[in-house]
Amino acid sequence: MNQENGDIVSPSPAIRLDGVSYRANHTDIIKKVSGQFPTGNITALIGPSGAGKTTLLKLCNGLISPVQGGIYIEGKRIEEQSPLSVRRHVGIVLQSSPMIQGTVQANLALPLQLRGKTLSEEQAIATMERVGLPTSLLTRDARELSGGQKQKVSIARTLLNESKILLLDEITASLDPSSLQEIEDLIVKLKDTEKITIVWITHNLEQANRIGEYFWVMVDGQLREVGTKEEIYASEDEDVKRFVKGVLS
Amino acid sequence: MSWMTLSLTLLFVFIPLLLSKTLNLGLERDTMVAALRSTIQLIAVGFVLKFVFDSEHPIFIILMVLLMIVAAVQNARHKGKAIKGITWKLFVTFVAIEVLTQTVLLGLHIVPATAQYIISLSGMVIGNSMVLAILFLNRFTAEVEAHRDESELILSLGGTPKQSINRQLLKSIQASMIPTIESQKTIGLVQLPGMMSGQIIAGADPIQAVQFQLLVVFLLLATAAMTSVLLGFLSYRSLFTERMQLLKIDLD
Ligand SMILES: Nc1ncnc2c1ncn2[C@@H]1O[C@H](COP(=O)(O)OP(=O)(O)OP(=O)(O)O)[C@@H](O)[C@H]1O
Ligand SMILES: [Mg+2]
Repeated sequence: MNQENGDIVSPSPAIRLDGVSYRANHTDIIKKVSGQFPTGNITALIGPSGAGKTTLLKLCNGLISPVQGGIYIEGKRIEEQSPLSVRRHVGIVLQSSPMIQGTVQANLALPLQLRGKTLSEEQAIATMERVGLPTSLLTRDARELSGGQKQKVSIARTLLNESKILLLDEITASLDPSSLQEIEDLIVKLKDTEKITIVWITHNLEQANRIGEYFWVMVDGQLREVGTKEEIYASEDEDVKRFVKGVLS
Repeated sequence: MSWMTLSLTLLFVFIPLLLSKTLNLGLERDTMVAALRSTIQLIAVGFVLKFVFDSEHPIFIILMVLLMIVAAVQNARHKGKAIKGITWKLFVTFVAIEVLTQTVLLGLHIVPATAQYIISLSGMVIGNSMVLAILFLNRFTAEVEAHRDESELILSLGGTPKQSINRQLLKSIQASMIPTIESQKTIGLVQLPGMMSGQIIAGADPIQAVQFQLLVVFLLLATAAMTSVLLGFLSYRSLFTERMQLLKIDLD
């Protein structure tokens, strides 16, 4: 692996992993991963299906715990913080865009409701506009939305938690090109204006190319390459070479 | 009824056996086991009760009730094997309900404090509580497993374990109580409850039998509600790790 990560590696990364392994059903899913997500940057997390990308994000949000190794959020070991504060600080948009029973409005209100607050009408409307959804959808049954609409609700819902670190799992997979552009712009703007750290899993290498400032390439539960675009492109790892095949350029 | 005439009732057991055989229901073994177990258990209980009633010593009453509770726990715990410590959670639930109902019944002198009353009413309370516990545990584990992604979503947003399965918990409590409530609604119209029939057959005044049965109806409604709620709140936390992560549930 390339040890020279250029000057993007911050002395105080938003998240740092140190020899993290995860196992389920007697199979190793994450194998001794060490690395970091630099503060205030977008890290594109790429790799083939089944590489363990989703599992890695769930580890960082505290939905699961490593069997070995340490995860540090802003320098503090995850186990030393309450799971609730970790999860609010490190927001995640899940790959499957799960919806709770009820309307779109109820789904948007969920993060606030969990803290005993309510979502005002104006907030709801502003949130919908932010992700490019018509406000007429607010009263619709969230489970009857299209895949793309669900993804947008899911993004908007996590944004309402105002996390300082955002983990995005394939959030544009079902979006049309113009919606995709809107969401990319929204996330990039969030990063620029609010200094939010982003980790973005995508299968779309052109997207990774557009939004990524730092890259993680995972294959088979291992972190095979990290660094800038150029560093990934110059990788010696056969699997990484085959995977990026000239797209990152 | 003599033992001889009772043995004639075995004819009734042949009907399900025959049906099961011809229709390939595969229930022969279970039917036989059920018939055999009920025979042995009831006869044994008859003799034990006779002894307890004759002695009228409180220690035997307490032992008898404890035996019922242990048997009920034994029966219900398989349904909740995904829940850590389900054995003692069931035990606590049944004991709490038994203590509560007996306190009201005996404390307010609703029934006399004799072995006959205490044991028969305890049997009904604990039996009903056991059925409720089984219904609840079945439903609860299935609901939680079926809505895993929603629970995970709520946890991921910083919700507590309670918040993440609250809907499943309430739904299971509600669903497990419905059979008790529904059967009480038609009581007397569709079927005469077993105990009332028994009393009438034994020659009791129907009005007296009805009064007593009403007491039982209210008692069972109360135990139904208490069982599911108590067990629900005792057990939901064990579906999560210390780090508030939802454990995998093994449904058989
Ligand atoms: N709870 C679990 N029990 C057993 N296996 C699991 C579990 N969670 C994930 N896995 C396995 O771990 C591997 C990695 O899964 P993961 O979802 O992290 O991959 P991924 O990189 O996100 O893939 P994709 O790009 O398709 O979303 C897969 O082989 C998956 O089957
Ligand atoms: Mg994934």
